[in-house]
Amino acid sequence: MRYDAIIAETIGIRGHGDELIEAYTARPLDPGPHPGMIVIHHMPGYDRESKEITRRFATMGYSAICPNLYTREAPDAEPDDAAATARAQGGVPDERFAGDAAGAARWLRSLANATGAVGVIGYCSGGRQAVLTGIEVDVQAAVDCYGAFVVGTPPEGFPLQVAPLADRIPELGAPLLGLFGNDDSYPSPEQVDELEKLLQEHGKTYEFHRYDGAGHAFFSVDRPAYRPEAAVDGWQRVEAFLARHLVTDVVGSN
Amino acid sequence: MCTYSTEKVALERSSGKTREGWQSMREATVYYDHPVHAPDAHTVNIDFLGREPGSRVAVELSLDSARELLKALEVTVERAQFH
Repeated sequence: MRYDAIIAETIGIRGHGDELIEAYTARPLDPGPHPGMIVIHHMPGYDRESKEITRRFATMGYSAICPNLYTREAPDAEPDDAAATARAQGGVPDERFAGDAAGAARWLRSLANATGAVGVIGYCSGGRQAVLTGIEVDVQAAVDCYGAFVVGTPPEGFPLQVAPLADRIPELGAPLLGLFGNDDSYPSPEQVDELEKLLQEHGKTYEFHRYDGAGHAFFSVDRPAYRPEAAVDGWQRVEAFLARHLVTDVVGSN
Repeated sequence: MCTYSTEKVALERSSGKTREGWQSMREATVYYDHPVHAPDAHTVNIDFLGREPGSRVAVELSLDSARELLKALEVTVERAQFH
């Protein structure tokens, strides 16, 4: 009988500028060793569903951590209030995000049973931030779930602090898995094509899957956007991709 | 869709009733995005923001309801000049 147990808890970690930020972690209780996963929450915030996803990665054998990217704007606020406050203030600046992601990776590698391999996954605005993590932080796998503005230009008068990452794709240091809905407008199928072309041009390791009948946020089980077929297949792709890049390849290279 | 597109309005001499009672509201943000609670994929969301994150008055409106509200606001603001 396999021992199936995890611990999940709120902790404080050092993020950008060595500032203390809130994070939620879930880790397998067996001795391991375990690779790490950074979960980047979607724009609606560090909510129950993001924590659920974090626990799911722990059940898959990863020590997982989801930093609360809105800690500074709205400490201890309810997730929807925090997201509204962050939106009004223009969202999360990239530099601060990268510092927080680096802090999360550092924390994962400091665990006694860490393998040292760390991956990142992000949803919605977090999809773009997962790509940014692959550029700015030492990670071995990145998963972009329908992140907008990785390529493409934000509309005029756009109030949030996001810039496209197209010119930074050459710096991407981790294999990228991209999961997209063909009915999505942000990113549109054309933008997904554009990103794929850039990855090819720069010789990056990547794997894209696009789903018909699915739009933005098809993984969101509690929203009308949920598409079970895309989500079930998507989770299988995530599992296989992480096993390959955080477990098999890492072990093979030792 | 996560358009992120957000209209911001500075408020003055305006109040909202929060979970902790009445407070001055300093700003409103209006955006079309995923709701937290309403049963559509996208809604017109209005956040009236007070002095801290928790003092927020929020609504998520279906597109039809938002159109009706817009008309009602126009009519009401128009009528106000005759008071």
